[in-house]
Amino acid sequence: MTSSMSVAKVKQKRIAELISHGKRLDERGLNDYREVQIEVGIIERAEGSARVRLGKTEVMVGTKIEVGEPFLDVPNEGVLTVSAELVPLASPKFEPGPPNENAIELARVVDRGIRESKAISLEKLCVTPGKKVFVVFVDVYVLNDDGNLIDASAMAALAALLNTKIFNYEVKNGEIEIKPGYTQLPIVDYPIAVTFAKINDKLVADPWLVEEQVMDARLTITIDKDGKICAIQKGGYGYFSMEKILEATKIAQQKAEELRKIVVKD
Amino acid sequence: MSRKTPKKLINENGTRLDGRELNQLRPLKIEVGILANADGSAYIEQGKNKILAAVYGPKELHPKHLALPDRALLLCRYHMAPFSVQERKSPAPSRREIELSKVIREALEPSVFLEHYPRTSIDIFIEVLQADGGTRCAGINVASLALADAGIPMRDLVVACAAGKVEGRLVLDLTDVEDKAGTADLPLAFMPNLNAITLLQMDGDLTTDEFEQVLNLAIDGCKQTHALQKEALKAKYVAVKEAVEEE
Amino acid sequence: MPTYFENKQLVVPGDLIAEGKYGAGDSTYKDDDKIYAARVGLVTLEDQTIHVVALKAFYVPSVGDTVIGKIVEVGISAWMVDINAPYVAVLRASDVLDRPFNPRKDELPAIFDVNDLLIAKIVAYDRTQDPLLSVREPGLGKISRGQIVEITPTKIPRVIGRKGSMISMIKKETGCQITIGQNGLILISGKTPEDERLAVMAVHKIEQESHTSGLTDRVSEMIRKEREV
Repeated sequence: MTSSMSVAKVKQKRIAELISHGKRLDERGLNDYREVQIEVGIIERAEGSARVRLGKTEVMVGTKIEVGEPFLDVPNEGVLTVSAELVPLASPKFEPGPPNENAIELARVVDRGIRESKAISLEKLCVTPGKKVFVVFVDVYVLNDDGNLIDASAMAALAALLNTKIFNYEVKNGEIEIKPGYTQLPIVDYPIAVTFAKINDKLVADPWLVEEQVMDARLTITIDKDGKICAIQKGGYGYFSMEKILEATKIAQQKAEELRKIVVKD
Repeated sequence: MSRKTPKKLINENGTRLDGRELNQLRPLKIEVGILANADGSAYIEQGKNKILAAVYGPKELHPKHLALPDRALLLCRYHMAPFSVQERKSPAPSRREIELSKVIREALEPSVFLEHYPRTSIDIFIEVLQADGGTRCAGINVASLALADAGIPMRDLVVACAAGKVEGRLVLDLTDVEDKAGTADLPLAFMPNLNAITLLQMDGDLTTDEFEQVLNLAIDGCKQTHALQKEALKAKYVAVKEAVEEE
Repeated sequence: MPTYFENKQLVVPGDLIAEGKYGAGDSTYKDDDKIYAARVGLVTLEDQTIHVVALKAFYVPSVGDTVIGKIVEVGISAWMVDINAPYVAVLRASDVLDRPFNPRKDELPAIFDVNDLLIAKIVAYDRTQDPLLSVREPGLGKISRGQIVEITPTKIPRVIGRKGSMISMIKKETGCQITIGQNGLILISGKTPEDERLAVMAVHKIEQESHTSGLTDRVSEMIRKEREV
């Protein structure tokens, strides 16, 4: 995320020095994540919902299911759409208004993780081929930004999807008739995003706010349940060497497995 | 209106729909300094891609409160013309264009000596006149040349190329059809003399081994493209020198 | 100590020019012990310093430079001057008036108005403020006649030539008065429009062919040929 708040030079130096010695200001190891807390089903009006706390970063995701038209090139598939809002109350940096480049990037990175891992069985969301399908809206709502919104949002989105139920229905005369009961949204993969900050040429996983303000580049790697890479996004005004990228990939696979166990409790 | 995706993108001989080998770039044509008003400009044709880039700056930034006290602000706008794609695209910036504007800016930032020009802005405009996959990479290629053409001091040129996986094979420089029907697409931007990767995105499905191979393939494509970038930058000076020597 | 490019060779940003204990001159930068080109230009080795004479660059103000500028704004006690640089320059009323500025008596537009051209000197400039101009020295001040030609500032030395050889030749052949601004603007004032046209042509030719040799002779030949036509 681009930041306009600057950190005092003395603090910047301290953070960089600590990191050269494998330590962080909050005493985590370079590859350690902050504590993750997840609650699901908190918004009854939503078809699915989850709130993730990653340290002090807090993100809520709500899912809504509507009936809509399929895309022309995939007439028998449901539609997934992800959006994100950096609401002003989450940070002094966020201003009211339409989503800016940071919100849009956040939504699209979370979207790619879910879409490319084919986490949702979109073929099962077809109501009338070519005419009516279910549209799954995943809305990411950032409540407090203390760093690493991407990973927190991705976990919250996955948890919300796992929590999502669609009403049972029957198609009569081309119209949808709602029947009693619900069915879980068919989820077959569990993508987890792992983000690193590069500070003083070292990688730190799950950067918190101060580290984000000091980093020169950011790398997000999304891993599916089989350990395959389904999305990558480099951010920030700096760069990576190929060696660093491959190093990050290895760590990401390991962290993704750990985080997945927290999100998918089945 | 929908177009049907062809059944097979790569035949048994490993030849792609447009006749290319798996690791072959599309034919490239690059020209530098083609717009009169811009401080720097460049144009590229890569396969069916036609993309123009222009640079204005460094110039004083107004409103002043947006300016940075210690460096220049890089502003980048990636935009597609309504007629650039099969189905007319609305001129209003889409979410994709906004994201690409951001990642392209971040791909170019490490190459410019922004600290030399505090309180100014350097504006980069990328216009996609015709699109056929890999437009962000081609856009970075011309934007970097436009910056050099504007006389803005740079650490290195930035060169970009995409590689991916189509029908189980690893390929270089995907067209739109290959990207849509393929299983992975990885655009990458690179500063060749500094060995620094400044843009990296991937969407698809790759094992870590495949990922490393695709990464190397993209970097190889970048190195090939870099040679053509340098030629284009030197071209007009070389032409004048040759003309003078003939006199 | 190895250099990978020779004198007068064309380089592009990122090209590794040399390795070793060289100094990084114009349009180059140093990383570890390596000197890289930062702009497109010609390599020039001067003692132990490597320069790249950029083929195209914008003007960066430097204290002591004589520049030609255009008034773009008349403020309350100063003028804003466009000197073809990333920063707008400032000319204070107190510099022109030789005494403290009196808002009730002094009308700035009467001295310099928007779109007036002037020759000035840069007396102050640093990273935190816009360049400050002065017109106090003789030869500076408002430009009342002549044409302005604009070329990329890095080619100004070529227009001047070694020990002024090029500019002297043009002045002699065309009979024009020529004032050179370090910011790439050149004032040409001749007895006839034809004289001025020839001088302008000469300047453009130098800009186009600055990276070639034997230029002085070719330019003087061109002027003579044009006169015959």
